[in-house]
Amino acid sequence: MEYFIQQLINGLTLGSIYGLIAIGYTMVYGIIGMINFAHGDVFMIGSFIALTAFLLLTSLFGPAFLPVVLVLVLIITMLFCVAWGWSIEKIAYRPLRGSFRLAPLITAIGISIVLQNFVQISQGARVKPLPPQIQGGVTLMEGATGVVQLSWMHMIIIATTVVLMTGFSLLISRTSLGRAQRACEQDRKMAALLGIDVDRTISLTFVMGAALAAVAGFMFLLRYGVIDFYIGFLAGIKAFTAAVLGGIGSLPGAMLGGLLIGLIETFWSGYFPIEYKDVATFSILVVLLIFLPSGLLGKPEVEKV
Amino acid sequence: MSALLSVEGVAAGYGKITALHGVDLQIHAGEIVTLIGANGAGKSTLMMTICGSPQARSGRVVYDGRDITRQPTHLTMRQGIAQSPEGRRIFQRMTVLENLRLGASVVSPEYFDADLARMYDLFPRLKERESQRGGTLSGGEQQMLAIARALMGRPKLLLLDEPSLGLAPLIVRHIFEVIRELNQREGLTVFLVEQNAFHALKLAHRAYVMVNGRITMSGTGQDLLNNDDVRAAYLEGGRRETAGA
Ligand SMILES: Nc1ncnc2c1ncn2[C@@H]1O[C@H](COP(=O)(O)OP(=O)(O)OP(=O)(O)O)[C@@H](O)[C@H]1O
Ligand SMILES: [Mg+2]
Repeated sequence: MEYFIQQLINGLTLGSIYGLIAIGYTMVYGIIGMINFAHGDVFMIGSFIALTAFLLLTSLFGPAFLPVVLVLVLIITMLFCVAWGWSIEKIAYRPLRGSFRLAPLITAIGISIVLQNFVQISQGARVKPLPPQIQGGVTLMEGATGVVQLSWMHMIIIATTVVLMTGFSLLISRTSLGRAQRACEQDRKMAALLGIDVDRTISLTFVMGAALAAVAGFMFLLRYGVIDFYIGFLAGIKAFTAAVLGGIGSLPGAMLGGLLIGLIETFWSGYFPIEYKDVATFSILVVLLIFLPSGLLGKPEVEKV
Repeated sequence: MSALLSVEGVAAGYGKITALHGVDLQIHAGEIVTLIGANGAGKSTLMMTICGSPQARSGRVVYDGRDITRQPTHLTMRQGIAQSPEGRRIFQRMTVLENLRLGASVVSPEYFDADLARMYDLFPRLKERESQRGGTLSGGEQQMLAIARALMGRPKLLLLDEPSLGLAPLIVRHIFEVIRELNQREGLTVFLVEQNAFHALKLAHRAYVMVNGRITMSGTGQDLLNNDDVRAAYLEGGRRETAGA
């Protein structure tokens, strides 16, 4: 029982990270109908920027100022990732808008490879470790089969995700920017006819997705402590899967999908051969999509014409 | 009197298709101007070209003294032009209220409550449907919403593309009544594209006829109503004559 609960906590933590990345996929898909394959690599870049900034700032301030350093690192990481996300859209996707559907998909894969190779060359191919920075936590229960630990790290990740998700949902449902985004999703030409700057709205969508990926990259670094140039690929594929599983285009769906993938992966690793965890995750996805082709919370097609 | 909107020798089209060939047209402040023409004549294209989507290939569009020919659509729409486009283009997954809010995107928020009340005054049906999603409204309700959404932008010039399409005569009358009222009471300038030529010509101060992307005739609404060619091509009288012959 204790083991089960511990896995549950671990799974939710991992799922939060996938969910945050998945939002970037789902929002971009929603607004321009394109899968931004470079998004996972923005997450990867985020974790590297976080690592660099962290090492730099701790050598400047010393370990005594850990909370301050962490906040600064988060801000720096977000700024850099936002700049990346914004530039990628501007350089690689915008010029192709209006050309055939596959064109931006191909540049997306191109950008993804560029980012991976850039990091591989500049940072080296080997994994980069970061010793655990935030240790300790509370013991929730102790029993015959083990203990249940809720570490500070777990709490930080889950709390951050909840806060970000809440803020984000409000942004989308209540603000004029969110309304403009939904309008562009449904009918870009009409949105422009109402005075909405469609290009700017699309840019901001990439920016938001990148900001969330930055947070995910930072938390991934703190939680797992090892990163390399390749983490964006796997995490990206899983987050993309999460977005599809939840129903691509749906924000709560992306979060739900992320949590589910995190849970499946963690429980499989906990009870079955760990080598097969990715196989298991994707098999479940395949089965689910056979029965629910538009995902768990996918938008039903327009009810009335 | 200089025109509020002046279209000068405009050609426009889509890819290899040329839909407008050197169109000239003027709309003065305070006027209702209508454009009639057969299916595929280029009426909707002209309306969209005024808004910059597609942009004119040659010629000029001048609005309020400014050349807006190459201006991005969203900037033109921020200068006092609003359009209720062909097909209504209601945001299907958004509520009536949200559609109206989007209509007010270009307007300072302080006006919103008063403007909303005014729209509900003009179209009481919309108030009842306030939180219903756009996609589930009836055709007539969607048309009212499309017009109200355009009006929420506080335009000086309102472009209406076939507001009567597919609507029951009673609703058409209501909508035309609203247009006349806005024009008379508030001096709203209206550019109206209509298949329903009889009503449109009666409502309009001036009118243009478009055939295959060219303006072939213009005059006061009454002139065109009395014109035999127009009657034959676009009005009931024409059909009756042919039927009787
Ligand atoms: N998006 C488009 N792509 C290609 N051709 C188009 C497009 N829109 C319109 N056309 C063509 O341009 C010409 C003019 O079309 P337009 O919609 O302006 O006509 P209209 O006068 O509004 O007709 P209707 O009364 O049927 O609405 C038509 O031949 C049409 O086929
Ligand atoms: Mg038309």
